[in-house]
Amino acid sequence: MLTILFDGIAYGMLLFILALGLAVTMGLMNFINLAHGAFAMAGGYITVLLMQRAGVPFLLCLPLAFLGAALIGAVLERTLYRPLYRKPHLDQVLFSIGLTFMAVASVDYFMGSTQQFIQLPQWLRGRTEIGSGAWTLGMGHYRLFIVAVCAVLTLVLQYILSRTRFGSRLRASVDDQRVAAGLGINVNIVFLSTFAFGSGLAGLGGALGAEVLGLDPSFPLKFMIYFLIVVAVGGTSSITGPLLAALLLGIADVAGKYYIPKMGAFIVYLLMIVILIWRPQGLFVRQGGKA
Amino acid sequence: MKKRTLLQAAACATLVSAGPLAWAQGAPFKIGLILPMTGQQATTGRQIEAAARLWIAQNGDTVAGRKVELIVKDDTSLPDQTRRLAQELVVNEKVDVLAGMGITPSAMAVAPIATQSKTPLVVMAAATSSITEASPFIVRTSFTLPQVSVALADWAPKNNIKNVVTLVTDYGPGIDAEKYFKERLQFNGGKVPESLRVPLRNPDFAPFLQKVRDLKPDALFVFVPSGAGAAVMKQFGERGMDKAGIKLIATGDVTDDDQLNDMGDVALNVVTSHHYSAAHPSPANKKFVEAFQKANRNLRPNFMAVGGYDGMRVIYEALKKTGGKGGGPALVEAMKGQIFESPRGPVFIDAQTRDVVHNVYLRKVEKKDGQLWNVEFDVIKDVKDPGKTK
Repeated sequence: MLTILFDGIAYGMLLFILALGLAVTMGLMNFINLAHGAFAMAGGYITVLLMQRAGVPFLLCLPLAFLGAALIGAVLERTLYRPLYRKPHLDQVLFSIGLTFMAVASVDYFMGSTQQFIQLPQWLRGRTEIGSGAWTLGMGHYRLFIVAVCAVLTLVLQYILSRTRFGSRLRASVDDQRVAAGLGINVNIVFLSTFAFGSGLAGLGGALGAEVLGLDPSFPLKFMIYFLIVVAVGGTSSITGPLLAALLLGIADVAGKYYIPKMGAFIVYLLMIVILIWRPQGLFVRQGGKA
Repeated sequence: MKKRTLLQAAACATLVSAGPLAWAQGAPFKIGLILPMTGQQATTGRQIEAAARLWIAQNGDTVAGRKVELIVKDDTSLPDQTRRLAQELVVNEKVDVLAGMGITPSAMAVAPIATQSKTPLVVMAAATSSITEASPFIVRTSFTLPQVSVALADWAPKNNIKNVVTLVTDYGPGIDAEKYFKERLQFNGGKVPESLRVPLRNPDFAPFLQKVRDLKPDALFVFVPSGAGAAVMKQFGERGMDKAGIKLIATGDVTDDDQLNDMGDVALNVVTSHHYSAAHPSPANKKFVEAFQKANRNLRPNFMAVGGYDGMRVIYEALKKTGGKGGGPALVEAMKGQIFESPRGPVFIDAQTRDVVHNVYLRKVEKKDGQLWNVEFDVIKDVKDPGKTK
């Protein structure tokens, strides 16, 4: 029982890291970026390449995956995304989904379509068990590691957005670009760094997720639905929304597959439908906040 | 100026000399090979294409006086694409044989075209039992899942594995594997307390494996398409299931030779049943593996490759038998009943079902010279597809 709960939490946390960047770009910058999964995939492949070809240790790969994906994000923001900020959402959707397909095809071309594997260091592979009987809590070390990374990230991000100068500038830029620019905020720089940061988060998620979720060129398409569910259910105006949504979905998914394997795959969708009927804006939208 | 004249003269000369020769030989014998060359199943396409080209390189591209031409098309394993490509190949290219078929839905989509146009369809990969029943023009050289699952269900009870939970991917081949494994195991006195089906796009195996762990069977039987197998195995190890006394048994797709080496030590000692292992100890296979690796930058051939290789042999032999004339019904007739020594061992194309009959081996993953191999330790001879005995 507790093991299932733990697995669900770890899975939810992973979904959260993956979807967080999307919540940032979509909620804060008001840009529908369906190519988000491609950045996650980039992070995953950076890790695989570094580990397989260059022998870089796993822990070092994680920040590098973050930086790599952030860099790609920054370059693309400057060249491709920026002109689209003021275009209608449909244009953004079409553009970013096209970008996804291009990413899938090019990874397929350069890396081949086989599933990629990473070899975790020994200390992440084990498993600890506490208690016995129905209340056994079995924790895979790697899942524990995911939970820890995610918790730290959430705290840091929450702090940045609500307490720092950059956070207030970002919120100002989003709410009214012209006034923000008039106040001397360099809106372009703020958006660039936010987008890069969101992409970096996706990259980190991809690097962490490669072990659990598997990594092949269809990654962005395979998980796009999950990102979108997390963001749709959680709402995009805060970090806590997606976090709780991801946890809820992760636990529901794992528990559903465990207790009713025949129905398991649908539990997530069922939950999403129920929640969205109940609260179409998402679970945690502040009153008067931007939906 | 002078150079160009020379070139033109040379071109003319070649045309003049080659022209009548080509006419004399008659139209080329065209094989339309439809495979997933990109997308999720691309390794299947890559392996089969490489094997088909290897066969042509080894056996020449002229059979019974006819030039053999291989046309490879990529269907990205989307059945509607496969169908469209097959139509094009039959109508525009006038191919003599259709071949390939990476996944079951593709083969099923093309079956009516094969029947209507009377074009033989040599299935080299797709492994659901019912495929050969979809058209009288289908001949299969890969394998069927009932074949390999039943062999495992025969082996398990003799080795004190009586209580087995099954875990399969929820689509055609998976359901075949589950059904035939379960039936045969129960027939042999075994028990299947729970049959789990995972969705085709399943991100995380944790809940299913935890369920298995809590049920504490003697073993877990797994069929997942190659690629997903490594994830199951890894998580199986990480969950400490082997230490809890649960064995992992699977069809050979899980320890696919194509990827086995990348999986690492988690794969060690996993018992699988399949019709082909790159480590099959026969001279024919040694030669095949060597030539294949040489031609493909050390890529290890897997069971898909051997399906493609044998498929080409079946086509070649059939063309020889018809004296180079071809013709759909005659070709299919000539394919039936072929017996030959393949890299996988002796192979027989059953004349009634047009399905492949071959040995199924039980293998264990072992490390040799720093590489992982599926080492065969037992064999069940001449396994006919159990799905056809009604």
